[in-house]
Amino acid sequence: MEIVLVGLNHRTAPVEVRERVSFTAEQARRAAEQLRTRGILEETLVLSTCNRSEVYGVPPESAHECAPGLSTFLSEFHAVRPDVLGESLYHHYDRQAVRHLFRVSAGLDSMMLGEAEILGQVREAYRFAHQQGATGPVLNRLFQGALEVGKRVRSETELGARPMSVASAGVKLAERIFGKLSERSALVLGAGTISEQVLSQLRDRGIAHLYVMNRSRDRANGLAKQYTGEVLGWGEWENALQLPDVIVSSVATEELVLRREIVEQAMDGRGNRALFLMDLGLPRNIDASVGKLYNVYVYNIDDLSDIVEQNRHARENEIPKAEVIVEEHVGKFLSWQASVELVGLVNALRSKMREERAQFIRSRVESIRHLTEEDRAYVEKLMDEMLESLLLEPAQRLRGEKDLRRKIQNVEALRDLFLSNREKP
Amino acid sequence: MNHALFISTVVAYALSFSLYLFFLNTGKVLSGRLGTLLLATGLVTHYFVLLERSRGLHTVPYHDLYGSMSLFGWLLALTYLSLEFYHRQRSVGALVLPFILVFFLAAHLAPADKLSPPDAHGPTFAFHVALSILAYSAFALSFVLSVIFLGEERLLRSHKLGDIVWRLPPLELLERMSRSSVLVGLVSITIGTAFGFLWVDRLSDKYSFYDPKYAITLLVLLLYAVYFRLARATAWRGARASKLCVFNFVVVFFSFTVVNLYLSHSHRYF
Repeated sequence: MEIVLVGLNHRTAPVEVRERVSFTAEQARRAAEQLRTRGILEETLVLSTCNRSEVYGVPPESAHECAPGLSTFLSEFHAVRPDVLGESLYHHYDRQAVRHLFRVSAGLDSMMLGEAEILGQVREAYRFAHQQGATGPVLNRLFQGALEVGKRVRSETELGARPMSVASAGVKLAERIFGKLSERSALVLGAGTISEQVLSQLRDRGIAHLYVMNRSRDRANGLAKQYTGEVLGWGEWENALQLPDVIVSSVATEELVLRREIVEQAMDGRGNRALFLMDLGLPRNIDASVGKLYNVYVYNIDDLSDIVEQNRHARENEIPKAEVIVEEHVGKFLSWQASVELVGLVNALRSKMREERAQFIRSRVESIRHLTEEDRAYVEKLMDEMLESLLLEPAQRLRGEKDLRRKIQNVEALRDLFLSNREKP
Repeated sequence: MNHALFISTVVAYALSFSLYLFFLNTGKVLSGRLGTLLLATGLVTHYFVLLERSRGLHTVPYHDLYGSMSLFGWLLALTYLSLEFYHRQRSVGALVLPFILVFFLAAHLAPADKLSPPDAHGPTFAFHVALSILAYSAFALSFVLSVIFLGEERLLRSHKLGDIVWRLPPLELLERMSRSSVLVGLVSITIGTAFGFLWVDRLSDKYSFYDPKYAITLLVLLLYAVYFRLARATAWRGARASKLCVFNFVVVFFSFTVVNLYLSHSHRYF
């Protein structure tokens, strides 16, 4: 019942290696199937995201002995030279493997600390493996625990609460002014990468209307089509600025795109409804004095970067709280694992003692001639009762006492002490 | 006085305040819900405190300073709870509960009055007073909401967000809540004042029609009507309207203190 984990992530492998070792859903299914049919793992689950590829499993024998075979399998499966993979792969066993997975689902091991997507990816990987019948009692319990950790960390800490990109920080700020964006509209000036990120964020937050304005109408059309927006002609400020509640400008130009007079006129036309401007251009696209206009809020790229930096610190401050939750669940899982293993050990010990008793009766008691059949049966019964009473209390205590299970660190040592290899469950 | 009811009310309000504060700091939904539940509990026990005292003294709660302040606190809690349900927003609770608690405790600590039979009585008079106090509590709530709006708006404009801005309600929601509160106040004060003038008519032989309270009440009504109009759809929406709302409450406070205590002869505690 040991657990093994072999994998690589953004910390151990460059993107060139990660992309070669990533799994599609079909590849994950095939890999899990092959690992089980070849007898490398009894239970298996493949977790593959853009930043990590990991194989979790329960080996039939020792986890340490199974790990090299697992590395070789990964190398063969993806046709990557073992020496390329060797430097990037990490191996974790039992407690370390459990802690690693729980930290992953909590977002503590992510490139962007506390990211929300990873929990969904862990859930999806588990659902897929469970549907394929690749998981068993150990991985089921392990991944259910991981999902619980992820949920608790997100609800009980602020690890994932604050925006961590300039685009998401800007959109969150807009929500501080307007509330839900589902009845609001936004205008995006420019059609570069940052504009696209903001458009994506605005769409995710349910913005009602999106307008795109760009010098190149073709590019604007492309973005508008992708995010179901509307294209406005470049420079039609009078009409364009009266419509939106949020304006995002990311235009590569040396000149100011939005001057104070233009915004002032627009505010008159809007009846002074609040206007939130995100200036993501370098050099700045919006006249700095626009921020002094009544009901106009202007944030440039530095302002938003400062917010992201503050949020990063705030998230880092939440790490100790999240680690406490992770450790609590690691303890719970190991306690469960120990209880299952110890109950198995007690059952194996009971079987062994019954065999010993039968042999003892055959070799010793039957040689005592003055005993009648009834006496022999009575002696057998007494011995059975004695064996049961010897094992009953330890079995009950193992089921009921968590601390005791925690104290018994090495179940294998107990097995080695009381059972021969043949008798191990 | 039933001390158990009094202590239950204080405990419910104090715990509700702590939970709302915890909700504001951590954003944990459960603590917010418990805060609401305890506020509702406090509202019920507070009602029984008022009822028991009225029965014991054989008079209405607003007949003395104690009753008026306590009723004000109760109506403030009721108005806030209604707004919380209507706008589905709990972040303001931590900033309103201290006022409710202070009014409830201050009423208890207020010196006892020598009660004399009121000149006016009956349902019309009761509606006049209850609706007037409801209006004042709604205006107090809009004052708190406007102050929060101005603070948050200042932080957003200065780009000094800190932790608090992410916890407070959005500016537009604060505006809407403030307008809702003022609307409750306007309707209440209009009907309440109308009932009051009915009594003035009945007591015309005892009181002057030129009681300063009448004039300032009409001024308050006018100022809030102007706020309500300006805050909805003109260039004043936003911080300017909120400043006007704060100013209006200063006038209400003046009416409630200086006018009531020193200038009016028919309005003592409402």
